[in-house]
Amino acid sequence: MDNTADMQEREDAIKGIGCSRKRKEDARFVQGTGRYVDDLKFPGMLFADMVRSPYAHARIKSINKEKALALPGVHAVLTADDLKPLNLHWMPTLAGDVQAVLADEKVHFQYQEVAVVIADDRYIAADAIELVEVEYEELDVLVDPHKAMADGAPVLREDLVGKMDGAHSKRVHDNHIFNWQAGEKEATDRVFEQAEITVKQDMYYPRVHPCPMETCGCVASFDKINEHLTVHLTSQAPHVVRTVVSMLSGIPESKIRIVSPDIGGGFGNKVGIYPGYVVSIVASIVLGVPVKWVEDRMENISTTAFARDYHMTGELAADSEGRIKALRVNVLADHGAFDACADPSKFPAGLMHICTGSYDVPVAHLNVDGVYTNKAPGGVAYRCSFRVTEAVYVIERTIDVLAQKLGIDKAEIRRRNFVKVEQFPYKTCMGWELDSGDYHTALEKVLTAVDYDALRKEQEEKRAQGELMGIGLCTFTEIVGAGPSRNCDILGVGMFDSAEIRVHPTGSVMARMGTITQGQGHQTTYAQIIASELGISSDEISIEEGDTDTAPYGLGTYGSRSTPVGGAATAVAARKIRAKAQKIAAHLLEVSENDLEWEVDRFKVKGVPGQEKTMKEVAWAAYNNVPEGMEPGLEAVDYYDPPNFTYPFGIYLCVLDIDKATGEADVRRFYALDDCGTRINPMIIEGQIHGGLTEGYAVAMGQEMPFDEQGNLMGNTLMDYFVPTFVETPHWETDYTVTPSPHHPLGAKGVAESPHVGSIPCFTSAVVDAFAHLDVTHMDMPHSAYRVWQQVHELGLDKSA
Amino acid sequence: MAKQHVSFNLNGKKVDALVEPRDLLVHTIRETLNLTGTHIGCESSHCGACTVDLDGKSVKSCTVLAVQAEGSELKTVEGLADADGLHAVQQAFIQEHGLQCGFCTPGMLIRAYRFLQENPNPTEEEIRWGMSGNLCRCTGYQNIVKAVQTAAQTLQQA
Repeated sequence: MDNTADMQEREDAIKGIGCSRKRKEDARFVQGTGRYVDDLKFPGMLFADMVRSPYAHARIKSINKEKALALPGVHAVLTADDLKPLNLHWMPTLAGDVQAVLADEKVHFQYQEVAVVIADDRYIAADAIELVEVEYEELDVLVDPHKAMADGAPVLREDLVGKMDGAHSKRVHDNHIFNWQAGEKEATDRVFEQAEITVKQDMYYPRVHPCPMETCGCVASFDKINEHLTVHLTSQAPHVVRTVVSMLSGIPESKIRIVSPDIGGGFGNKVGIYPGYVVSIVASIVLGVPVKWVEDRMENISTTAFARDYHMTGELAADSEGRIKALRVNVLADHGAFDACADPSKFPAGLMHICTGSYDVPVAHLNVDGVYTNKAPGGVAYRCSFRVTEAVYVIERTIDVLAQKLGIDKAEIRRRNFVKVEQFPYKTCMGWELDSGDYHTALEKVLTAVDYDALRKEQEEKRAQGELMGIGLCTFTEIVGAGPSRNCDILGVGMFDSAEIRVHPTGSVMARMGTITQGQGHQTTYAQIIASELGISSDEISIEEGDTDTAPYGLGTYGSRSTPVGGAATAVAARKIRAKAQKIAAHLLEVSENDLEWEVDRFKVKGVPGQEKTMKEVAWAAYNNVPEGMEPGLEAVDYYDPPNFTYPFGIYLCVLDIDKATGEADVRRFYALDDCGTRINPMIIEGQIHGGLTEGYAVAMGQEMPFDEQGNLMGNTLMDYFVPTFVETPHWETDYTVTPSPHHPLGAKGVAESPHVGSIPCFTSAVVDAFAHLDVTHMDMPHSAYRVWQQVHELGLDKSA
Repeated sequence: MAKQHVSFNLNGKKVDALVEPRDLLVHTIRETLNLTGTHIGCESSHCGACTVDLDGKSVKSCTVLAVQAEGSELKTVEGLADADGLHAVQQAFIQEHGLQCGFCTPGMLIRAYRFLQENPNPTEEEIRWGMSGNLCRCTGYQNIVKAVQTAAQTLQQA
């Protein structure tokens, strides 16, 4: 066998980066032996269930627990008054606000937690919550955020009255949370005053919910004898939970173990710390037995962390050729009753100032005001990186409006404004440094693949026949991998991530990371990274995450940060091991380190065929024959603080036809080209893209959380809240280009959220495009059949033959 | 509440349980009989995570009372594999990357197992309609459709 064939064979055996390796996770999941929180059962375990408010805004006049306590099998009923002596009736949020754990004198949103019942089983607990008698006095309700700062608006947060220094800025009204700005206001305004062309578009990004298949839950177990607390919970960030629980409870972090077992999807819903977790921990400490709390679907959609709810105005100033001169964005953010947004501490609007998108925008200004309303708290990143979804939506929508006003094709206007390949790394006017990209090449690839010109011709013919066909385009840039600790922290902890790798004497590997998989396949892909770095087959590499007693501290998995940050830590830790291995190999071969070269799975003496040591041989030697003065063993830890975010991008194109009789939009084609830099496992990437596109379809076409004037949430079951089935979900076509990140050790950028972020404006673009010849410039989501039909009807199109 | 005796065949073995008349079948399977592969996603028959095979039909066990299972033949995901190894639908889901977080997977598999007996040679459209009682948030369904097609081929050849 010649050397090339031999190398290829060894390369294939490793199943490293670039291999569509089958997933290590699947064997347990297909046999029903996954371990999710609700699968856990401990001796003496009790169940918690919540008494929740039927009102959106009311004063609590009294709570009578007697009947509930009298029910056999009920162990305790806790209210805010019971938590007060422990100072746990309120808890800090990730956004610098506080949130009631159990309603303290007042309820601020419908379904708010008012009392918790602890009982022998979930049935008795459910019976008992019906027996807790709560007397309310209804108060005026604030639902519309536009009215939040009006004179005479009901004041929601009595605990904050007079406290006008908010966590992020001065507050100008009792219902005001913060004002936050980025960019240059005066310079931007000046450009707008003198611009040849300006466009302005109002748009509402509805309140939606991530709605993972598994709801949130936990089992808290306090060991009174050792004063040790173990909590199994559905968390995307178990290490952060440990820190917060320690800060809240006073229990040292060394006596708290948080375990995220198998997680049934997160999508941002499982980043926050919820009252259910806190009361379960308190109940376990008080009662001395394990306490389980698992929310039902209504509780999940109603209370644990919505996303979006941004009322936005996008404005562009341009020349007559459509070249952008300035961008102005205004946002009114509805944060609900407590500001519990999950963002890096310094960014109350997340990374919204990435809103210049893929374009060379000379100057821009972003203004965001956050307000309180009588709705549930949240503001999580639903399969996105801290408001990048909103940012991409506003720029992509507004550039479409500009194209329409100027009569320029929407692909052409993007060509004219893209950051050019030679401009990377490109500093945006908001201060971000886009690491790498080649937007023009990607766009042309998509336009060719779908035969864009033919589609436009077909559309022209359809329009002539009175039919509604829409072509949507979205050319987005993401910002993921939070983040550099100079500007990213959560509660003061820098947003690094970590990996610890141990190579055992016989050459197999155990590695642990600070992230936590929820379906992304970390057990498979992290092993591939180590395999490529160390030349050990990924089948011999075990990956563990989620147990704070064993895994190194990390900030967790959300915001597409696992590959950009955790993956980088894994690569760097592996490189530390290889550097040590090289010294050991040199010692074994009795040559200088510099005489060695690395080839797939072994060190070879340059120019001397046959003089070589495999990594497995080195691993054995690491435990019995190391150079003088070197400590034995072959392990490394890396805490990786990324120098920059990564900026994956994509070009998405959607073709749909609208039925004028029903308003139904039939997505006949969706072509998604993604560039996530180096591709670790193409099979998993494609799966992530399918999933993200489907969640994007859900948001664009049906998801919303509407409230009536009394603040009742109208639609919190899967009957009302849209989760697409097999039938509605379109067929997805995927494609890619590869533009590696120059600063990531592997060149990888992260991918799972791009398809969500990029597809949503693409669907809106397509729906609006179907009406564009009738001067429609924007339609708010969701583009449900009824809402689209309303547009059809308004234009009188349903009356034509 | 007074308990009642219920007995049925679960994955080919006779089981007995004491249940309250109001106990849901899914809770009995998970908490009394300790088979936790069958999951709970909505408790309202929408999501299909709790799908089991009851007397030859796909049934959502979150809206069936345990007492209704008296005398029945019940199969859950734990009963799919046999001495020869994984069932064709299990193998196909791994092969085609038809799962991610794994939470909907047991319900999907047990539905696919029954669906392919109802329709051994389905078109893509028939698969999409036939599986539409089961929701997934991760995969976008495309690879599940492929997995069902692959399993159909394997079962046809067997």
